[in-house]
Amino acid sequence: MNAHHTPPVATLELDRVDFIHRGHTLLKPTSLRLAGCQRTLIMGPNGAGKSLLMRLAHGLLTPTTGSVRWQGAQPAQAMVFQRPVLLRRSALDNLTYVLAIKKASRPELKAIPRKAQAMSALEKFGLAHLAKRPARVLSGGEQQRLALARAWLLNPQVLFLDEPTSALDPAAIKAVEDAVLEFHRSGTRIVMTTHDLHQARRLANDVLFMHNGELLEHSPANDFFTAPSSREAAAFIRGELVW
Amino acid sequence: MLTSDNAFSTALALILSMDSALIDIVMLSLKVSLMAVMIASLIALPLGAALALWRFPGRNVVIVALNALMGLPPVVAGLCVYLLLSRAGPLGEWGLLFTPTAMMIAQVILVLPIIAALTRQQVEALHGEYAEQLNSLGLTRLRMIPTLLWDARFGLLTVILAGFGRASAEVGAVMIVGGNIDGVTRVMTTSIVLETSKGNLSMALGLGIILLTLVTMINAIAHMIGETAKRRLG
Repeated sequence: MNAHHTPPVATLELDRVDFIHRGHTLLKPTSLRLAGCQRTLIMGPNGAGKSLLMRLAHGLLTPTTGSVRWQGAQPAQAMVFQRPVLLRRSALDNLTYVLAIKKASRPELKAIPRKAQAMSALEKFGLAHLAKRPARVLSGGEQQRLALARAWLLNPQVLFLDEPTSALDPAAIKAVEDAVLEFHRSGTRIVMTTHDLHQARRLANDVLFMHNGELLEHSPANDFFTAPSSREAAAFIRGELVW
Repeated sequence: MLTSDNAFSTALALILSMDSALIDIVMLSLKVSLMAVMIASLIALPLGAALALWRFPGRNVVIVALNALMGLPPVVAGLCVYLLLSRAGPLGEWGLLFTPTAMMIAQVILVLPIIAALTRQQVEALHGEYAEQLNSLGLTRLRMIPTLLWDARFGLLTVILAGFGRASAEVGAVMIVGGNIDGVTRVMTTSIVLETSKGNLSMALGLGIILLTLVTMINAIAHMIGETAKRRLG
């Protein structure tokens, strides 16, 4: 087992957070506490507000009312999107770019130059042979792995992933899931949205279930999959559409 | 009777003669317009990007004004610069009127709104795509500007070419502030006006052909650079 050198992950608290856009309530008042270095999966049908909740937690959006707070210092965070946003330059340059911008490094890589740090991340994610290739011409799976490598270099304490595998083939999905587990092993808290039940079963420690802009459940994964407390979650697990 | 045939032969003869007066005119044209485009780009690219990123009261007014200034008549720009630089004007002491510098200033005023307005559009579109990722990385808007300008570079090349097209084609502004002085401020477009008014039509047409050829060459080179880079970078 890896020894964890990273400090314990700060706790995220959402206090009666809601989000109203042009008169439509997209997220009903939600209170939530995410503590510990867990792998939290946000589940629910399309349009349930999963991505919205994650963007509020990450700070990309500001809630209409309520507050999003980290207990203690705000941890280093990174986010991987459904469609990776890569810059129009080589795979390697995409990585050296964030190192230069964020002036961040993984502790184990601190001593070596940026380019070597970037190369080691490419190697870790099986992309070393594509270092010189323009990031935008890589395949979907390679682009997503590059986005993960970019997040890896930032050494986040919390990693948000928004449906990172929804457009990928099975092999690429496996690679992303392995990466998520690797992040977690190295001490990174995972918050990820998915609508794929099997993926959630493979990855989740705990599950947030959302429906129609409302957080209906927050339970340990085992409880959620065997005995969901809401009717909607039970229907969702049975594979029946819930709207 | 003028035929295109003798215009072409005049143009060809002009080029082949390597007439030093002609070369001076061509070089001055290129120098004034390229410098004007370069200076305008240095100001307008970051300005356009900033306008794309910042929201402030009156922003729409600024955008409409910039768009309107894209159609600023060159003679009006020339007149304004003339008034500024004339002996009695506020900047008259600089003694710049009827110099190539004055022509550059006038062309910067013509080109700047074009580059700024089109840059604003390009960067705003790109920002729509990049915003979440760049915000997630914690970039300030100021720091986003170079990133977005660099990633929009292929589109911006066309924007800068549009600016160059404007600069190299206009005659009104350089005529007013340059004065079309032989050997000092005479450029291709003002020569064409002069030769036409003298009735020397094949000469005028010959100069026109040379101007068109130069502009085409510059555009072709820029296009090739852009396409090659785009193919390589996706």
